[in-house]
Amino acid sequence: MVGPAYFVALAVILFVIGGVGVLTRRNAIVIFMCVELMLNAVNLAFVAFSRMHGNLDGQVIAFFVMVVAAAEVVVGLAILTAIFRARRSASVDDANLLKY
Amino acid sequence: MNHSTVLALGQAAQTENLAFWVLAVMSVAAALGMVLARRAVHCAVLLAVVMLSLAALYAELGAPFLAFVQIIVYTGAVLMLFLFVLMIVGVSSRDSLVETIRGQRLAAGLVGIGLLILLALIIGHAAIGPAAPPSAANSASNLPGIATLIFTTYVFPFEVTSALLITAALGAMVLAHRERTKPKPTQRELARLRVASGRPAPLPGPGVYALHDAVDMPALLPDGTPSNLSVSPVILQRELGADESRAGPPARAGELEAGTGENTEQPEGARW
Repeated sequence: MVGPAYFVALAVILFVIGGVGVLTRRNAIVIFMCVELMLNAVNLAFVAFSRMHGNLDGQVIAFFVMVVAAAEVVVGLAILTAIFRARRSASVDDANLLKY
Repeated sequence: MNHSTVLALGQAAQTENLAFWVLAVMSVAAALGMVLARRAVHCAVLLAVVMLSLAALYAELGAPFLAFVQIIVYTGAVLMLFLFVLMIVGVSSRDSLVETIRGQRLAAGLVGIGLLILLALIIGHAAIGPAAPPSAANSASNLPGIATLIFTTYVFPFEVTSALLITAALGAMVLAHRERTKPKPTQRELARLRVASGRPAPLPGPGVYALHDAVDMPALLPDGTPSNLSVSPVILQRELGADESRAGPPARAGELEAGTGENTEQPEGARW
């Protein structure tokens, strides 16, 4: 029987993949997608722990994480379109007005 | 518990095992592909694969409500939003392969491996017990149980969430709004501009003929040369990877700088 430990291990792997994506990619939208992947991995860990303890608090927290992630995506993508309108680029290297 | 129920339980556990391994391999492969794919659209599709397999994993973990929320909110709403923004920002936008910071990819890979080892050590030392015996939490009363928790213990965070959502909606509207800096051109001005641009007629349509039934075929001019003006710049840009010989959109973009009429198509991403 596959226990919660396997699910947590899968969550760790997905989280690390998402983190590496955030560090390596240059397109801001793809970076956003990698952040979403990390959030999803954490959700999986929450649900696995909820299964392990046999109560529902973990699932409720995962639900709140989903709500916050949805709000975050809405604002983030609006910022991206605003930056794209000003800079004609979705690359994170081109939005450098606050540098130095 | 008689013999046949034990057998059935064993079979169910085997099916769950198989489902877990298939979904785990699928989600990890799709996540790796998402990090490695160069086109943003491919990344979005692979992210959809990851999210759908995670929804199936939630269902397997006894969280049917979260499985459906995952499909509806993430795959349905969030990924649609991603694809909409990709459509605005440019379907063909690719990552540049130039490293702005030297050795950044290598360092990121090392950080990733270090993080993986660290987290593996942590969860290796943590006592992650077996699944709790089937209780009210992961049975048919999953949904009423979550509803009870949200509206009793977590009712204050739940109310705060509504404020967050309203703020996010307002913020998105403010950020995506564009002030018109100059007055809207009247029809008279547009007509003047069009005549002054040297091309009063609409752009030629694409050459959809009996041999080539597709909009990416340029129309032929009377002297037999293909007219690149007849193909949408988006299509030209998307095909550049396969067919470098075709004239790209830059030649076209310069020509269209002057006119802002209805028929002149601005380069990709210029329309909102």
